Amino acid sequence: MSSDPLVARHVLEFPGGYTRTTGPVIGRFLSELRARRVVGVRTAEGRVLVPPLEYDPATGEPVTGEYVEVGPAGTVTTCAWVDEPLDAHPLDRPFAWALIELDGADTALLHAVDAGDPKAIAPGTRVWPVWNDHPTGGITDISHFVPEVTKIVAPVRTEYRLQAGGALRVFLEGVARGVFLGGRCPSCAKVYVPYRMSCPECGAVIGEPVELPDTGTITTFAINNLPDPRAPQVPFVSAYILLDDADIPMIALVGGVPAHEVREGMRVRAVWAPPEERTASMTSVRWFAPMERS
Amino acid sequence: MNRCAVIGVGQTHYTTKRRDVSMAGLVREAALRALEDAGLTFKDVDAMVIGKAPDLFEGVMMPEAYLADALGAAGKPMMRVHTAGSVGGTTALVGASLIQAGVHERVLVVAYEKQSESNATWALSTHLPFSASLVVGAGGYFAPHIREYMRRSGAPGHIGTLVAVKDRLNALKNPYAHLRIPGIDQKTVESTPMLWEPIRYLETCPSSDGACAMILAAESAVTGTPAWVHGTAMRSEPIFRAGRDTVSPQAGKDCAADVYRQAGITDPRRQIDVAEVYVPFSWYEPMWLENLGFAAEGEGWKLTESGATALDGDIPWNASGGVLSSNPIGASGLIRFAEAALQVRGMAGEHQVDGARTALGHAYGGGAQFFAMWIVGRERP
Repeated sequence: MSSDPLVARHVLEFPGGYTRTTGPVIGRFLSELRARRVVGVRTAEGRVLVPPLEYDPATGEPVTGEYVEVGPAGTVTTCAWVDEPLDAHPLDRPFAWALIELDGADTALLHAVDAGDPKAIAPGTRVWPVWNDHPTGGITDISHFVPEVTKIVAPVRTEYRLQAGGALRVFLEGVARGVFLGGRCPSCAKVYVPYRMSCPECGAVIGEPVELPDTGTITTFAINNLPDPRAPQVPFVSAYILLDDADIPMIALVGGVPAHEVREGMRVRAVWAPPEERTASMTSVRWFAPMERS
Repeated sequence: MNRCAVIGVGQTHYTTKRRDVSMAGLVREAALRALEDAGLTFKDVDAMVIGKAPDLFEGVMMPEAYLADALGAAGKPMMRVHTAGSVGGTTALVGASLIQAGVHERVLVVAYEKQSESNATWALSTHLPFSASLVVGAGGYFAPHIREYMRRSGAPGHIGTLVAVKDRLNALKNPYAHLRIPGIDQKTVESTPMLWEPIRYLETCPSSDGACAMILAAESAVTGTPAWVHGTAMRSEPIFRAGRDTVSPQAGKDCAADVYRQAGITDPRRQIDVAEVYVPFSWYEPMWLENLGFAAEGEGWKLTESGATALDGDIPWNASGGVLSSNPIGASGLIRFAEAALQVRGMAGEHQVDGARTALGHAYGGGAQFFAMWIVGRERP
């Protein structure tokens, strides 16, 4: 003899569903919903009940015949987060049940809020209804509520065609050949690198570029602990390097030495990419490395 | 030159994200508070001058056009100022010059930044093609110059942490300040990571949303309590120049000399009662102490170490908490100028320096290449 209990599924469902005669007050509320409006009803004491009731719960007196349009937005008075929605829930993703006091109402309406994240909803959060596409005269004519728009994303994208200036082009073409080109001011004799066509100090026109050595001295530097797409690792050292014979330092990467061993006054030499990999760009210079080590 | 006075100051509460207001709402909040302080309305103001840092910070081109309505500028002259981080100071000076030149009777100056709408480090490091230089944001730019200052002056490593603590303690007395770290001490600062060595996390300024506004008036249009402008100066210098001293830029020295001459100041440490100086990284306090002539070259850090620049010292610097405590970039300079005015008006509240009669407002920007300063006083010049 089997020891299994006798088990059977049984469904109790009135065929076609019960009807509910709404009466005039609830009927008006549902009719307004079908027309995508929310109304409350005023009590004899002047309060606006939303959803409307036929009898004022405070006094037991019938409500007045005065209907007041409220909302459509409202303020959450309290809420509960639903992490795992059930089949019968209005949303198939995590949501909040919330009591919502619609603008102009004195009571709160229970509805679902699609907030996305439990941190996005709290008492005081402003919410707006999302209407069902095919209203039929029921509370689900409001599909759910969503938080008020407080921020939009404004993508801005401007595409430029950038042409290196004449002087910079001279410098970068030098870099492609493995040399640093500077310019000597004919008036104050200062040597500027990268090569430029006028002196920022006295304004004089600078003539032909001069080749500079690829060795220099670190004047000062930072040890950067924040990642940068142009640096191979963190920490990396960005240094002011005064090339020999130049009068102004360049900012460049220092490599081939642990960051904390870099010193002011350290002698460095450029580490060039192999000739076949060089282009008219600073990526042709891998970094500067200490001379005693290179 | 006509006399000019600050008759109203308005600030927003500086914070990481002002989610509740638009940029227009933010500037208006500061403007209305400044007008309220002066007992005036937009109708009583002749012109508006607005300042902010690069448009790329919020991605709004020509924000002055969009913000004219919010500032009651319909039918009135309005202009925008931009000198990078010093823009707030420059904005005040442009406004003052309109009064001093006799063009207007009352001018509203306002500056703002809503940093939360994007990311300033991104905006400052756009990695243009063909760049011959490795630019790594503001901290990466200034760290080597701080290192060079430390080497030259022989300052011990803890000086930066002293300033970081002092300014944040002052911030606890300023209801508008952004960073509030009760109980902050040297240990707290030293326990934070090096971002751009030698700059630690808590030795840098925060990223803030906020706006600051002032009402400037000619003598005949003064209402309420005035702070009188005794001197104004701006200087700039090219960022790439052979022999440029990036630790103590000549433009800063020249600007200070100019503003002191106008205000009759020969000994800033003795004659100035309180200074609001643009210090976005803590080490810039000793550096600017020297650049501004409060200490001899190489001696600024000793003044900091002695406590002279603390709220109870003989020359308080950044009683408000400074840029280290609140940094809506475009507004940061204007806040310095406004706080200087509040001090000599005796309206700085809990961070008031007793009996302050003469105050310095200072701002710098770009690669320490733009400078703006003013001296304000309780007495009419």
